[in-house]
Amino acid sequence: MVGLATVFGAGGGTSSYQEAEAADVIVMWGSNARNAHPIFFHHVLTAIHNGAKLYVVDPRRSETAQFADRWLGLHVGTDIALSNTIAREIIHAGLADLSFIERATTGFDEYAASVEDWTLERGEQVTGVPADAIRELAHAYATADAAQLCWTLGITEHHNGVDNVLALCNLAILTGQVGRFGAGLTPLRGQNNVQGGGDMGALPNKLPGFQDVEDDESRAKFEAEWGTKVPAEDGWHLTEMFEAMERDELRSLFVIGENPAQSEADVSKAIELLSSRDHLVVLDIYLTKTAELADVVLPGSASWCESDGTVTNSERRVQRVRKALDPPGEARDDIDILLDLAARLGQEWHYDDHEQIWDELRRLSPMHAGMSWARLDELGGIQWPCYSDDTIEPPYLHGRLWADDPADRGRPAPFSVVHDEPPVESLSDEFPLRLTTGRRLDSYNTGVQSGGYRSPNRLGETIDISPEDAERLSIADGEMVRVSSPRGTVDAPARIDPALRPGLVFMTFHFPDEVDVNQLTIDATDPRSGTAEFKAAAVRIDKFVSPVGVSG
Amino acid sequence: MDVTTRGVPPTTAEREAVDSVLGPAPERDLHDVTGGHSLRTKRHLLLPTLHAVNDRVGWLSQQAIDHIAERLDLGPAEVYGVASFYALFSMDERPAHQTHVCVDVACRSRGGMTEADLPPGVHASPCLGMCERAPSAFVTEAGDPHRQAVAGHVTAVDVQRFAAGEFPSPEAAPAACIPQIGSDDLVLLHRAGRIDPLDLDGYLADRGFEALARARQLGPAATIAAVTESGLIGRGGAGFPTGRKWEAVRSQEAGPHYLVCNADESEPGTFKDRVLIENDPFALIEAICIAAYATGCEQGYIYLRGEYPRARHTLEQAISACTERGLLGGESGFDLTLFVGAGAYICGEETAIFNSIEGYRGEPRNKPPFPFQAGLFGKPTVVNNVETLMNVPYILLDGHAAEHRVFCLSGAVQRPGVYEVPYGETLGGLIELAGGLRDGSELRAVLLGGAAGNFVGPDDLDLVLSPDDVRAAGLSLGSGVVMVVDQHADLVDLVKRIAAFFRDESCGQCVPCRVGTVRQEEAIDRIIAGTNREVDLALLQEIGTVMQDASICGLGQTAYNAIESAVVRLRVFS
Repeated sequence: MVGLATVFGAGGGTSSYQEAEAADVIVMWGSNARNAHPIFFHHVLTAIHNGAKLYVVDPRRSETAQFADRWLGLHVGTDIALSNTIAREIIHAGLADLSFIERATTGFDEYAASVEDWTLERGEQVTGVPADAIRELAHAYATADAAQLCWTLGITEHHNGVDNVLALCNLAILTGQVGRFGAGLTPLRGQNNVQGGGDMGALPNKLPGFQDVEDDESRAKFEAEWGTKVPAEDGWHLTEMFEAMERDELRSLFVIGENPAQSEADVSKAIELLSSRDHLVVLDIYLTKTAELADVVLPGSASWCESDGTVTNSERRVQRVRKALDPPGEARDDIDILLDLAARLGQEWHYDDHEQIWDELRRLSPMHAGMSWARLDELGGIQWPCYSDDTIEPPYLHGRLWADDPADRGRPAPFSVVHDEPPVESLSDEFPLRLTTGRRLDSYNTGVQSGGYRSPNRLGETIDISPEDAERLSIADGEMVRVSSPRGTVDAPARIDPALRPGLVFMTFHFPDEVDVNQLTIDATDPRSGTAEFKAAAVRIDKFVSPVGVSG
Repeated sequence: MDVTTRGVPPTTAEREAVDSVLGPAPERDLHDVTGGHSLRTKRHLLLPTLHAVNDRVGWLSQQAIDHIAERLDLGPAEVYGVASFYALFSMDERPAHQTHVCVDVACRSRGGMTEADLPPGVHASPCLGMCERAPSAFVTEAGDPHRQAVAGHVTAVDVQRFAAGEFPSPEAAPAACIPQIGSDDLVLLHRAGRIDPLDLDGYLADRGFEALARARQLGPAATIAAVTESGLIGRGGAGFPTGRKWEAVRSQEAGPHYLVCNADESEPGTFKDRVLIENDPFALIEAICIAAYATGCEQGYIYLRGEYPRARHTLEQAISACTERGLLGGESGFDLTLFVGAGAYICGEETAIFNSIEGYRGEPRNKPPFPFQAGLFGKPTVVNNVETLMNVPYILLDGHAAEHRVFCLSGAVQRPGVYEVPYGETLGGLIELAGGLRDGSELRAVLLGGAAGNFVGPDDLDLVLSPDDVRAAGLSLGSGVVMVVDQHADLVDLVKRIAAFFRDESCGQCVPCRVGTVRQEEAIDRIIAGTNREVDLALLQEIGTVMQDASICGLGQTAYNAIESAVVRLRVFS
């Protein structure tokens, strides 16, 4: 979100699902949406059915890549090299949208100079993708009437994830593939309401409605409504919090609906830090590994059925959810827990019902102002921004960039000069294989919410390995092997998968209780987004001898 | 797509068979794979690929299905769904040598075997289109190359021999099916027996391809006008005016336009298209070229039923001879592909044929859209029967009014075979032309128009076989079937067989037909058993009405015709 906010001023996808269906070219970059974002992928399938061409950029020939008109199997961590090569090809082929660039962007000359060395030949050499394939993608994207550029964690879960996003934004503004119906940038969200969390200010530097914490005027508005002071400085994001824990500056923690004891990279370190806090409180609907470490556990409610409110999906659509059941046992609505907590901390807030809370948000957040519950019901959800009760904005963002009047155009979108940087951890003789991680259709994140359900597709954790490597290492399909990185060791059965090339192996992180893959991953993090390089660690595979403990 | 298979590799023979249609599989590329639309647009190769494996190996194993699915980017279930639609494919392992014996009406009425008589492992086949040689059989042997042959006048002993692995002796010359041979009255059949069917020079010397040149002189609009003025109507069964059909396709802006020549001749008792193809293949190709020129098609298909090995061979040779001469393909601007069916009556339906070519189950489509709007591959398509098309050259060259019809005479006549007569001929006259009834035969009934047609009785011999007269009598010429039934044949058994035929050939897609054909057969069984006859006769009528009103295609709509005529006109159950 940091990258998109840098370029366009708003940290959200620019397009709607219906636009994906209307696009004539769809690029999925670092995204196995077929497995990880199956609902969005249904819209992609509709687009394909309508004749759209699909390009997939991914080191693995993933399930998504198998639907592609062309799969570009780049080396892990060479996304910027590929994007810069595509940009140079577009510029040299005369396919850049020069009038859009002139009217709606800044920094083109410097950007063009920065990609000048990225010839197709050099691009092929660095990324491994044949020049012909790069050229085809460049031309298809630039000449499409409407192209969607979609990405997921394959872009962001790198030590330079923000640069990766900026590199993709460059391509969109280079070709004018943004701010029009069907053309846009679509980062896919992995949870039903991860967008809503950001919308509601669950970010260290934003108040609800993406208003800056450090902006005095915004803060004053909230302070007047809430009757309390709002800290005037940006807070820490998750990775900074862990760093602050290491420095012991952060001594107490209130964790809501998150399981860092299993989801953090280099998880042994994370557990150690969480266990050594003065006070750890966890609010969750499950007794997660993190909750097991807590001093106090507050059983919350399942927001989709035990509470009233709203969620926001990947296309910024705010939708109502309605309470159908009372939370079981001692579990309570999260709102009630938070209000009681506020009362104990000396702040008495009172709301008659959840709609009152929502109406408070509508007073404070201009982009939600027009979304009364009645209107959300009537329209089946509304995409933000929605500034008043009688307007609906276009389904895409940043149409302003195409406005004739420079005043309407607002701040131009800046090109960003970004440089190819290999993953932090290089391969070595000791750790010669590149491990990348991801998700499967049948499981969800650390398995907290999906492990309780059976799935005919579920394989359990495996280490996926190319047929070539399996043969070289004399590993049979299903054979238990030992996987080691500089940080830890796990045992898992090998799964021979032609989606992988020699030198590349793949694991999920769905089964941390059985195989704690994040023992292996590296916590090199992009300081700007706080996202760790889950997608690139160096590992070794050995024949299995005897079991290792989970702690490695 | 992300095809999930069992991971068992195909055998070498299976792989080679698939490669013979699809080309070798691409090498594993670690950085760059092309797929998506470019693979999925090859789906029309599915049926030819299934044929290649079934012909080579004799059956379609799970790993072969998986391999084909991977090569064509389809789900294995999708491939299985298509493969299992066709009677000539087997999903179970079986010997390379297979024998199919016709148990349908024409063979049955001539003392052919019934399902119950067949030795183990021998298939009971619906009409094999060899009714002039009834009873008939079809023998196949998988391998490289695979072999297929047909046999006529088959005895129980012959069937035993075929089942034991023998092959039938070679067929007589194609013209042997045309008793009128040498008559000056023949138009469509005039080359039969006079010119080697595979001699392109002989064809060219006999005014071959002059009609196409004439069409090119006239231009598309005038060509179509000439066809319209000739009064040519479809000979496949529905009788739609051909000129109007062509004009509708020609005027469609969407492109490309496609042409499909329907040679999936499967109506029980019908064999004229086979005889026309085997005797004068170049005339059919020329007619197709004219139709394609007039309607703006660059690609055409001949869809030939899978049980016609000689017609298949004839067309393969003829198409390749024309291609060599530049009459087809390349600069001619028109490609013609022979597409071979795999045993499914329904694929002769004008929209089912599209699904079959496109690599889907051969299920009919809802109309509208009509084929001229959205046919093959969703594009404007002209679909014409073989005999219909073969009228066209004579219309253009001689200004002939299209008032000849070709009939398939079978059953208890002296000289069964294909007959060409003008519209004014009567049913009785046609039977006389075939030498009258066999010695000692007594006329009981004539099945007119096929299983989808009607029975008529000995009182109907004065019926004039023109479209108008036949329609006025509440009948149909259908595909030109005239099957003569004498006192030795069991009419009740024939009615039962017709019911079984429709039950078996219903594609199962729409409820009135899928359920109706089963209930119809059950009702007939009960009527034969003799309990509650009146109730079941009423029920039979009701089922027939429902099928006629509510089925989406002609199969269900006509599945009660012949049975109703047997009940009402012949009073078989009285």
